[in-house]
Amino acid sequence: MTADREPIHLAAHFPGVNSTTVWTDPRSGSQIDFSSFEKLARTAERGKFDFFFLAEGLRLREHNGLIHDLDVVGRPESLTVLSALAAVTDRLGLAATVNATFNEPYELARRLATLDHLSAGRAAWNVVTSSDAFTGENFRRGGYLDRADRYTRAAEFVATARELWDSWTPAEPGSPHGAPRPFAHTGPQFDIEGEFTVPRSPQGHPVVIQAGDSDEGREFAASAADVIFSRHGTPEEGRAFYTDTKARLAKYGRKPADLKIMPGVTFVLGDSDAEAQERAAEIRRQQISPQNAMLALEQVWGRDLSAYDPDGPLPEIEPDPDSELVQGRARVADPLAVAAKWRALSEAKGLSIRQTVIETTARQSFIGTPETVAGALDTFVRTGAADGFILVPHLTPGGLDEFVDLVVPLLQERGAFRTEYEGETLRSHLGLPDPIRKG
Amino acid sequence: MSATRPLHLAAEIGGPPHYDAAWYVELARLAERGALDFVTLQDSFARPGPDALAVLSRVAPATERVGLVPTVTTTHTEPFHVSTALATLDWVSRGRAGWLVDVSDTPAQARLFGRRPAAPAAALWHEAGEVAEVAARLWDSWEDDAEIRDASTGRFIDRDKLHHVDFEGNGFSVRGPSIVPRPPQGHPVVVIDGTTDGSGRTAARHADVVLVRAGRAEEAAALRERLRTRAADHGRDPDTLRVLAALTVHLGDGERPLDPGLESEPHTTAGPVGPRYRGGPAGLAELITGWHGAGAVDGFHLTPAEPRRDLERLVNGTVALLQHRSLFRTFHPGGTLREHLGLARPVSRYTTAGGVR
Repeated sequence: MTADREPIHLAAHFPGVNSTTVWTDPRSGSQIDFSSFEKLARTAERGKFDFFFLAEGLRLREHNGLIHDLDVVGRPESLTVLSALAAVTDRLGLAATVNATFNEPYELARRLATLDHLSAGRAAWNVVTSSDAFTGENFRRGGYLDRADRYTRAAEFVATARELWDSWTPAEPGSPHGAPRPFAHTGPQFDIEGEFTVPRSPQGHPVVIQAGDSDEGREFAASAADVIFSRHGTPEEGRAFYTDTKARLAKYGRKPADLKIMPGVTFVLGDSDAEAQERAAEIRRQQISPQNAMLALEQVWGRDLSAYDPDGPLPEIEPDPDSELVQGRARVADPLAVAAKWRALSEAKGLSIRQTVIETTARQSFIGTPETVAGALDTFVRTGAADGFILVPHLTPGGLDEFVDLVVPLLQERGAFRTEYEGETLRSHLGLPDPIRKG
Repeated sequence: MSATRPLHLAAEIGGPPHYDAAWYVELARLAERGALDFVTLQDSFARPGPDALAVLSRVAPATERVGLVPTVTTTHTEPFHVSTALATLDWVSRGRAGWLVDVSDTPAQARLFGRRPAAPAAALWHEAGEVAEVAARLWDSWEDDAEIRDASTGRFIDRDKLHHVDFEGNGFSVRGPSIVPRPPQGHPVVVIDGTTDGSGRTAARHADVVLVRAGRAEEAAALRERLRTRAADHGRDPDTLRVLAALTVHLGDGERPLDPGLESEPHTTAGPVGPRYRGGPAGLAELITGWHGAGAVDGFHLTPAEPRRDLERLVNGTVALLQHRSLFRTFHPGGTLREHLGLARPVSRYTTAGGVR
């Protein structure tokens, strides 16, 4: 690896509970058996990836009052499955998405510190927030949080967790773990005191990941996160996001390299670019079944459109902007504008409902031969659109095999990606500084 | 009666806290070598130590057969998270998960969360029963055959086989269904120490395995009988309950004549007060044989006074003797903790309910 460039960082997203994951493919395996998690994590580690990433869902999606039944559903509790994966991997970072709204700092900080100890310094926490009463129905506190307070709580939650992680005295001869010191935190969200049960963990603090894209989310990430899981998979959007977010770091006394920006991206490989494009089109057809197309349409329109034919034209009626038809998933921000765009596309190209949905959603980020994809990923990072990628395969559990076998060696040849892990901890893989112990 | 009843043995692998996985893996493997039914790992917010459920999840891929039973408190935790974490432990261990239910009743623990004041143990054990109830409903909320992967209709699941649980407790409610498909055992095994304040009633209603503390076989037999009666009062078949005598074992001294009664363990803040055996491995085998042969208990839950030393002597001495006398299994014939304990895999309570949602 040449010294004058930052290496690319790569993470593997376990194919999730959403329509990206193709389950009708005969190679599609279990989404819940531990063997699937083990297989994908081992593949990522074979590819020298920085970390393995698990998403979270705390309420099954519902549509029109019925549990959504078209996509892969059913997943484990993240921190528990990552603790088990620590047993079958040695270097791979282990990142759990855990909600700051429906947890308490003491217990979650303890579980994260435990994972960091059990994995010898490989734990990461993707902090997400939610405020919806729908998800809240599964929890003691219900949907109590005002939407505007989500980041207030998340920021205080992370700050409180760091106080707990710093609360033990340093290790010294005769006291290999140090000793607990009393902590006390008083703030608008949390008023707690006592002693933490876990010594400072190998990374000091587990790596903190953040995924929000709003102005508040970017500011929170700039102040408190080590990694951003962004959505900006095109070079132009990526560069704009990258420039904006990195510029926010200075006011918190942080350097650009202290926050890694990693968009979630998909990929399709082929022996030729044309073959890859064909495979990509076939995957889109698998992802958007006729039933899924109708669902996507209803999510925009906010209406029951079951009388329409997925192979027929788009509805004439206008969307209902105030609909509560869809729950457990964010609705599009401006349904009227989206509907107008879809209509225009459908009329211009003569597309059916399903074809329109295929055309407007679920487009893969990187398509081509391994050489094409390796080049595009490298260029993306070299031109300041990202520090790396969180790859979202469309198949469980073999969806990363081709990438690791064919693309990773090309990235390594270019000097763009590590050929061996150099450090032991996730912080060392990501080139992040050690957190400063406070108190 | 008792001669045909299988003996069940379990051991605690906690003690002075360790934070690396290797220590716990070593002890769990030792217990597995002795063909023990399960290991427990006790946990509390009140003293140093790692999260027990995470530790046993880390142990799961490093072991094959032994049951893995962490303490998880119901007091300051979210019932939904407790249920899904235990279901996940069952998935990663391929059906070896259990749950040692506990409550957190001190003011100091309440202040760690700042959510509500400390409550009396009796009220917390009532809540623990509610949490056990909602956890079981969530484990049942996906029927076993809910995943259909029916390409012709585009449906991954049959939504009629997923169920809202709509639990309304005293202090919380849960809508459901779970985010985790039904765990391999149907329900992870619920273990309750039935001798703490207020826990006996919850144990009789919700536990698969109950720990009792007694200094003599007759006392243990009486406790077992009372639990079985209470279980029957709740409409349960008493034979679905396994009552284990909890005993701290100190095997550091030589063999000595067996007293009819046991010492009482000195009270420490790190563990419950209870009877203690102090002597050699052969004497312990005699005691186990005697109590079990008399039908006083279904087995024992043994807490080594010094974890590594006493667990080694337990496995290599006591268990080897019991095996030699054909009183204890020499290997695990089954794969799941329920199979080790001779407990059936429960059918989902929603299976006969049809398409209710």
